[in-house]
Amino acid sequence: MAKVKIYVTLKDGVLDPQGKTVQFALAKMGYKDIDSVKMGKYIEIETKNDGKELKKQIDEICDKLLANPNIEKYNFTIE
Amino acid sequence: MVKFGVVVFPGSNCDKDCLWAVKDMTGEKADFIWHESKDIMKYDVIILPGGFSYGDYLRSGAIARFSKVMDSVQEFALKKNKMVVGICNGFQILLEAGLLPGAMLMNKNLKFISKYIYLSVENNKTAFTSKCKKGQILRIPIAHGEGNYFCDDKTLNSLIKNDQIVFRYCDEHGKINDETNANGSLYNIAGIMNIKGNVMGMMPHPERAMTSKLGSVDGNLVFQSIVTHVKKYL
Repeated sequence: MAKVKIYVTLKDGVLDPQGKTVQFALAKMGYKDIDSVKMGKYIEIETKNDGKELKKQIDEICDKLLANPNIEKYNFTIE
Repeated sequence: MVKFGVVVFPGSNCDKDCLWAVKDMTGEKADFIWHESKDIMKYDVIILPGGFSYGDYLRSGAIARFSKVMDSVQEFALKKNKMVVGICNGFQILLEAGLLPGAMLMNKNLKFISKYIYLSVENNKTAFTSKCKKGQILRIPIAHGEGNYFCDDKTLNSLIKNDQIVFRYCDEHGKINDETNANGSLYNIAGIMNIKGNVMGMMPHPERAMTSKLGSVDGNLVFQSIVTHVKKYL
């Protein structure tokens, strides 16, 4: 049994209006030293596959469904 | 008569409007196609309608593109004289399916925008806009939260070079700039087609602009163009 924690975020250079809005709100609250905020998705998967093939399978899942390569990138950790 | 098939996904909500636009307003044949159906080759035109397929979960259109019917739509799009139109959520599905290049981001102002906007016909030498004049300004409503078109520079350049940009957001005088950009889309893009010219996606809803009672008749131009194009081959 393995737990996979997947983070999907917008690629650099892709407009992130949510991140910008949160950054704006933080600045208004007085957190002036924050240079950037990026919003993304967190996906947690539990799987029976805990072998060598798991990393390959997660890459496949991310490429096919969880992230859109036109605008997003991803990374993950396996526990 | 031209045979239209309107695909119904769980969460589609413009399917009936599209069927009405095609059948009642254009006078052609149209059926609903359930998303689990694979039998679509008997149709001339497939419409992927607007709505919130699969609740827009993950990304708009991301789940719907794995429907059984979408495998058939991929094949359909490769055939000669077959046309595919994606409207709003349908456009998002075409992007996710890779039938059109690019992706949709959240609207720049983070709001769901539902209002009449103006479109400039960037290319009228297409099967979807032949009834329009080049640069003609259409008044058609939009209703979406994720319609902010994005692609990389290379893709944008090839879209421009190959005349694949069909519609751009503008004002009532046809002015195209940041202020007249309805949702922040790159290059004010509102609609694009594939290189072959038989698959087109647009965020505005022509099916909601079919009679003056609805505020505009400009949507007819899109459906009439399609019908005229298909009839050449029937």
